[in-house]
Amino acid sequence: MIEDKNKHDPNRRKFIGASAVAGLTLAPGVSLLSIAKAKPLDEAVTSEKRWGLLIDTNKCASGCTACVDACNQENGLNRGDEKEARPEQKAQWIRKVDLRNKETGHEVSLPLMCQHCEHPPCVDVCPTGASFKRADGIVLVDKHICIGCRYCMMACPYKARSFIHEELLHQVEYAPRGKGTVESCTMCVQRVDAKGQARDPACVEACNQEGHKAMFFGDLKDQDSEISIQLKNFSSSAIREDLQLNPGVRYRGI
Amino acid sequence: MKYLRNMSILILLVLLGSTSVFAETPKPYIPKGNAEKCVEPTADMRKNHMKYILHHRDETMHEGIRTSKHSLKACINCHVVKDDTGTPVNYKSDKHFCNSCHHYASVQIDCFDCHASTPGQTGETASMIDSVSRVSAAGGKE
Repeated sequence: MIEDKNKHDPNRRKFIGASAVAGLTLAPGVSLLSIAKAKPLDEAVTSEKRWGLLIDTNKCASGCTACVDACNQENGLNRGDEKEARPEQKAQWIRKVDLRNKETGHEVSLPLMCQHCEHPPCVDVCPTGASFKRADGIVLVDKHICIGCRYCMMACPYKARSFIHEELLHQVEYAPRGKGTVESCTMCVQRVDAKGQARDPACVEACNQEGHKAMFFGDLKDQDSEISIQLKNFSSSAIREDLQLNPGVRYRGI
Repeated sequence: MKYLRNMSILILLVLLGSTSVFAETPKPYIPKGNAEKCVEPTADMRKNHMKYILHHRDETMHEGIRTSKHSLKACINCHVVKDDTGTPVNYKSDKHFCNSCHHYASVQIDCFDCHASTPGQTGETASMIDSVSRVSAAGGKE
């Protein structure tokens, strides 16, 4: 029987999880390295990893836009190419959102980007297959196939995607972007796939440099990764959990 | 009638004569790459370069395979053409490596609507370009 590689089988995943645990108990003396090791450049990504982010809103400072600025710089956004666009039309992969509880007056500030859902609505609605989820959970737009219909922008409950209305000239070499296509946070896929060790996305790096340390990046399927340990030990939530999209971006303190 | 026929023969002769002037069709000037040799034999690349980069494009986009062989970025890095001031020309210029043939053959490509057409465009350099253009804009009327 030929097995469909793309077919989602939750039982298989459970089996892998169980076998990993068994491996741990069988060899207690062997330490399993849990550093976010990158795959070799010539190997395809696999579903053995699922990249995710954890954002601690208690540490996120209102008014700080370090993550947004770093994202813009890393991916060549907001370089003055979009001359006609209104501010709300301009490409933005991360937005800072301030929330206030009307009852208590409690305020939180958080960065909101593509949530890299396990069941992404943008992928469901895309008529050409341009919007897709990589095996390692990163949701991307294949701009070679995108026809710019913007159906995904309508479908995304997080308003995470932008459409490019104008000709661009200042793209960076590892983040191609262009007129007539939709784009969103790529979790800095060029850094994730980097040779040697997977680097933190630009936003996480900037948050750490700023000293807030409100963002964690790592492999959600690796039980020993920093992000998994954080998620296991402290409560966290997903935005619009009711939609059951199982986002790869999780928040603490909201 | 006879006059007309004579005229048409004359015109035909003139036309034939003029074509002989253009018998030497100008050939495109294709700048050499900076490496010793290309990733595939030159003849193969001339014919099949689009197939190689198309294949690699899908592998990179969907599977995260980021080897440099057959990657557009590697083509751009090696086949960079510089202008008189020593700065790499972008795809707007006729001198750009891809344009040297594509303009000649009237084959339009849309790679550079999205991809950077000059090497070394990183977040850092892009911000430098931006600050330079901002300074020059501030110096001007705008």
